[in-house]
Amino acid sequence: MTLTKIRSLASTALAAAALVAAAPVPAQDVAPDQLVKTVTLEVVDLIAKDKEIRSGNRAKLVQLIDAKVLPHFNFHAMTALALGQSWNKANPEQKKRLTEEFRTLLVRTYASALAAFSEQKFDFRPLRAKPSDTDVTVQVRVLQPGAQPVPIDYSMEKTATGWKVYDVMVGGVSLVANYRTEFNNVVRESGIDGLVKNLSTKNRALEGAGLEKK
Amino acid sequence: MTRGLVLAAAIGVLSGCASTADRDPRDPFEPLNRGIYRFNDKVDTAIARPVANAYQKGVPAEVRGRVRNFFGNIGDFFIGVNNFLQGKFEDGVSDWARFAFNTTIGLFGIHDVATDMGYEKHNEDFGQTFGRWGAPSGPYLILPILGSSTVRDGIGTGIDLYVDPLTEVRPYHLQYGLAGLRLTQTRADLLDASRILEEAALDRYVFQRDAYLQRRRSLIYDGQAPREKEPEDDTDKDKKPR
Repeated sequence: MTLTKIRSLASTALAAAALVAAAPVPAQDVAPDQLVKTVTLEVVDLIAKDKEIRSGNRAKLVQLIDAKVLPHFNFHAMTALALGQSWNKANPEQKKRLTEEFRTLLVRTYASALAAFSEQKFDFRPLRAKPSDTDVTVQVRVLQPGAQPVPIDYSMEKTATGWKVYDVMVGGVSLVANYRTEFNNVVRESGIDGLVKNLSTKNRALEGAGLEKK
Repeated sequence: MTRGLVLAAAIGVLSGCASTADRDPRDPFEPLNRGIYRFNDKVDTAIARPVANAYQKGVPAEVRGRVRNFFGNIGDFFIGVNNFLQGKFEDGVSDWARFAFNTTIGLFGIHDVATDMGYEKHNEDFGQTFGRWGAPSGPYLILPILGSSTVRDGIGTGIDLYVDPLTEVRPYHLQYGLAGLRLTQTRADLLDASRILEEAALDRYVFQRDAYLQRRRSLIYDGQAPREKEPEDDTDKDKKPR
């Protein structure tokens, strides 16, 4: 118990340090919609400028997402939400492994989605929230020629280290909710360890495929 | 031809029936659905995806955009009908304005001039209209070739296809050609999504099903769906004193 506390404290401190180092404005002071806009535009711009990423270098894209986007995600909360009831059955070590593996999987998914959208225009919706709110939804729409805009909703929560994303909804599909059935199916069949193993196998396979392509 | 496909799908089901003890209540026909899913996947791998890939590589993006606009324009007319049926008159008028401007100024729809004029494209179909009227989705279904659906959406798709102007096109070879082009364009537009699905999912069938059901729910509410309650399958067990 104490160990986890120290560990989570340490990782929070680390994340905070990384944020402070990266951003000129203290992250706590940036409004959530502003944060989403700045990060999205910065990443899309970096992708557009990078010939290697545009020609399909997935490892480099994942690296970029890792550095720029991930500090603003709360993977602990995302994993807990995706597991639902099963989360309480996991021990601290299992929780840590699950969070790590889920994070790896989400980064790849997010990278693919962003790469697919990077040439489109974005419409950043004004935030509809009170200044005192600590849980908001930031809405962005991807405008694509000849099709209905794709809404992307970021569910964000205010933390000591700034606003953190704990769910992303693309076209009305919540990423976290979508994993819940899958995760619970695996947990029912082969337990928490089975899910850790399943996720890790999936991640290693994707890594292998990525290396092959590049 | 359709009968042949259904038969082939049924054979696929019979040859590989997986029985699951505790089934998802939204998907009582899971074994049957998984069979059709495998069949669809084979067709997709063998024909649809390679054709769509070749189309995307061989045809310039600008031309593909015009093909998308052309079929999208025909769709706008019925999107308008569905908006009217759902009582969303402002949206319906906007859809028909799109149809009018794009058919004329946009040269039979190949140019989407209406979007630049401020008429945004909508997404409606008869399945959504039934949902808006309060019809429950019914069990999840995988349709041969067409893929994810539900009982309600399947009936909706039936009507969508029945009123589809493409079925009026003669001679038949032109009709089949246009239908083939539309399918190819649709599949090509889904190449990114299907790749992401493959990367993201532990069990593609389950992931796709849940995404479909979430997506349809969101579309019926036009993106303003109230938050769904958390599933409470094991709650009671956990609450019992140990």
